[in-house]
Amino acid sequence: MSALPSQALTPALSVRDLTTTFVTSAGRVTAVDNVGFDVFPGEVLGLVGESGSGKSVTLRSIMRLIHAPGVVGGSVLWQGRDLVTMPERELRRIRGAEIAMIFQEPMTALNPVLPVGLQIEENLKAHTPLDRAGRTKRALELMDLVGIPEARRRLSDYPHQFSGGMRQRAMIAISLASNPKLLLADEPTTALDVTIQDQILKLILELKRELGMSVVFVTHDLGVVAATCDRMAVMYAGRIVETGEVASVFAKPRHAYTRGLLGSVPRSGAERTMLLSIDGTPPSLAAIPPGCPFNPRCSFATEVCRTVVPPLDEVSPARLAACHHHDRVAAAGSPVA
Amino acid sequence: MTVAAPTATTTPRRRRARLLRLPSTLIAGAIILLVSLLLALFPQLIAPYDPTAFDYNALLAPPSAAHLLGSDSFGRDVLSRVIHAYGLDLQIAVFATVPAFTVGVIVGALVGYAGGWVEAVFGRVVDAVITFPFLVLVIAIVAVLGPGLTNMYIAVGVVGWVFYARLVAAEVKVQKRLDYADAGRVMGYRPLRIIFRHLLPNSITPAIVYWMTDMALAILLGSSLGYLGLGAQPPASEWGVQIADGKNFMNTAWWISVFPGVAIVITGLGFSLLGDGLAELLRTRK
Amino acid sequence: MMIPMNDTVISAEEVSKQFTLPQTMSRRLRGAPQLAVNALNGVNFTLKRGETLGIVGESGCGKSTLARVLVGLLDCTEGKVMFEGNDIAYLRGNARRSYNRRVQMIFQDPYSSLNPRMTVRQVLTEALHVHRMRPRAEIPGRIAELLDLVRLPDDAADRYPHEFSGGQRQRIGIARALAVEPDVLVADELVSALDVSVQAQVVNLLLQLQEKLHLTVVFVAHDLRLVRHISHRVAVMYLGSILEIGPTEALFSTPRQPYTRALLDAAPELDPTHRTTSVAARGELPSPINLPVGCPFNTRCPFAFDRCFVERPLLTERGPMHRAACHLTDFGLAPAAVPPMQTEAVS
Repeated sequence: MSALPSQALTPALSVRDLTTTFVTSAGRVTAVDNVGFDVFPGEVLGLVGESGSGKSVTLRSIMRLIHAPGVVGGSVLWQGRDLVTMPERELRRIRGAEIAMIFQEPMTALNPVLPVGLQIEENLKAHTPLDRAGRTKRALELMDLVGIPEARRRLSDYPHQFSGGMRQRAMIAISLASNPKLLLADEPTTALDVTIQDQILKLILELKRELGMSVVFVTHDLGVVAATCDRMAVMYAGRIVETGEVASVFAKPRHAYTRGLLGSVPRSGAERTMLLSIDGTPPSLAAIPPGCPFNPRCSFATEVCRTVVPPLDEVSPARLAACHHHDRVAAAGSPVA
Repeated sequence: MTVAAPTATTTPRRRRARLLRLPSTLIAGAIILLVSLLLALFPQLIAPYDPTAFDYNALLAPPSAAHLLGSDSFGRDVLSRVIHAYGLDLQIAVFATVPAFTVGVIVGALVGYAGGWVEAVFGRVVDAVITFPFLVLVIAIVAVLGPGLTNMYIAVGVVGWVFYARLVAAEVKVQKRLDYADAGRVMGYRPLRIIFRHLLPNSITPAIVYWMTDMALAILLGSSLGYLGLGAQPPASEWGVQIADGKNFMNTAWWISVFPGVAIVITGLGFSLLGDGLAELLRTRK
Repeated sequence: MMIPMNDTVISAEEVSKQFTLPQTMSRRLRGAPQLAVNALNGVNFTLKRGETLGIVGESGCGKSTLARVLVGLLDCTEGKVMFEGNDIAYLRGNARRSYNRRVQMIFQDPYSSLNPRMTVRQVLTEALHVHRMRPRAEIPGRIAELLDLVRLPDDAADRYPHEFSGGQRQRIGIARALAVEPDVLVADELVSALDVSVQAQVVNLLLQLQEKLHLTVVFVAHDLRLVRHISHRVAVMYLGSILEIGPTEALFSTPRQPYTRALLDAAPELDPTHRTTSVAARGELPSPINLPVGCPFNTRCPFAFDRCFVERPLLTERGPMHRAACHLTDFGLAPAAVPPMQTEAVS
């Protein structure tokens, strides 16, 4: 699999053949299977999938946050250096400095017994040469930047004194402390209410513009993808099944799963009609069907789908899809167009 | 629209595999108790001698081919007495705990469901019982009622139910907040049905596990009372009575006391292992 | 989407619910009054036979509390819930049991809403048996019918809940509710714990069942897209009050309350070509312990003026069956009259 030819830029992050396996009592489970994608400077890439699709594990594998018995293979090139094989010490200098990460549940990602201000300063201490006074000043600036009101007073507050939205803002402030070039966001708004989600999404986009970051956005919500991402990669059963520009994927999906997913979301103008649902449930990673993993749920499936794993190929300019019948899927049209 | 097969179907093969994956502590405990039960049911088939037969030619005889575990001051065979005591000591384990378990579980379920002032009153009862040393309390009750096994069962039951009730009440309190309990209420089911049909089966596990430990403790307690002369009365074969029999000969004939002690330890271990195993089994099968 | 007849099944009249908080020692010593969370503050609506009312709002708006009050799991502190003309607080004996049977609830969490130690057959048998829905001999046949109704395979009956996926468990929950042949189904966040593709299956099932069994549905959810998809009418809740209620089409196309507008703007649409950079609503939910004086939304509303901080607006008529609680009675009518929130399209 190659970088998208239409993009003349060099990618900031280049993931190739990323494979993450876990040894469990039920045998070897491949959570991420030969995943490859590029993230270009200043771009927001959406990694979309349902539970068990491997989207979060992919994100964690990039940061090498996979613990034993998990094993990560393949390569993750960050500005020419491979994060997968890099020594731990060197990786620590990149983690939290050049690449930052925010999580779905900020309450568990923040240390509950340390004031938020101190947690921001800790990150500054680890990754910047600032002195004590400089760190406090920068921490204040960051809290202002992410829209935490009365920043000076709140520096000494503990995470439990923050609301869900404010906690996510604090988490973002911590991750931005060292001016990262890449932000990995793992469902950062899933636990939030819709008006707060809207605030956080717009904050991330604004910060991305101001700081010139790239963002990888893991989400299950196609609405969030439509509102924030430039390109998207759809994952199913640990594999990428389709990638492309968001507008073009929404307008003409070329994988049956992407099409089903789009059709599953209720849209305006079609009230009280049947949704285009996908039968069955996503497979357990311990029992992925042979051939195309989506074939038991797919209305386009034929004999070949049950035996041959479709490769992720370029099916149209700047679009990759792993579907034997991408032409038929494309011809069926988008449920949201 | 078709529905895919559920992710975890129970095929016969899997069920067999699950049986093989039983916790090893459970298997070990079950084997020990099964052997104990056989000894309790058929002592005359296994014991070489009558447990009350006096052999004046072998007073305080050390372990030998004739008396494998030696003999006591009356020339009674220690092995035969230990084996014949299984019946009585297992009976103590069961009779001393079953009433407490039954009453405790029922009261605990009701208290946990009711909450409010009922729970507050119960909490004070628990405090009162827990702050008083258990053994002293039982001895006091037996002293009032008079020595003997029946009175010991009553004494243990009067005190012991509190521990079961506390465990069950705490668990029911957690379970009653779950949606399936509300679902029962929305269905218009009566509280007693919700408590005993829905909440109790999901709350009883800690009580069952504790019950196993409690049976081991009951044997120890029975032996202690037997030793003090407040439990089983001589000449009955009972481990505590046997240990008491040997106390004057500890320096010359250690076997009289030590082997009943070993039997207590092994049986107690059996119950404890079974309890641990059950805890593991019931926890993993959610 | 025709709503048949004008016959009201269930209605809420000035329903309020407060949860008192445990009194702390320091407050008791100071003689301060006991604190209470105001979960519902004077909720009114009527529900007609065969219609679907969507109740939407963010967490803490009281929508789940309202669902629990409707099915009788919670008693309201003030006001009353009327079922077929009778106040449910005074139903006793057979009347109470009949109300319990006819107003059913489906729960949010597919993992805690089923007793883990009962098979599907036991769950359904119990419901059928307790309410004497069928003679004993006909129960197995009825169970097969119910499983077929919710599209579960026949062999599902003798399995335990943990053997099913989340979507299948929600179907079991639906089958349990339908077993007693209810008139009203209250669905509290029915699909919010499910994957998107599975959500669609369950939503489709609900739509079909409603049609087939002439059910009246209260659909409580935080997802506007879902509520819009399913409901005939929608009520928007905020801090325990209904701020706007009306026919789905009217409410979504011309929201007459600034909070409804903010909610609609904040919900991400499936249209990548239409993006905004401005935030739909600033600030966060105020504490339900100390409610704002006046309009509950006044702390976040960009249109708030002095009257909003003094007087609580009442739900008043805005169109056919469309009511909103806002002092700006022409809000949302003529876009020029009120400055719309700044939006700019980014393509």
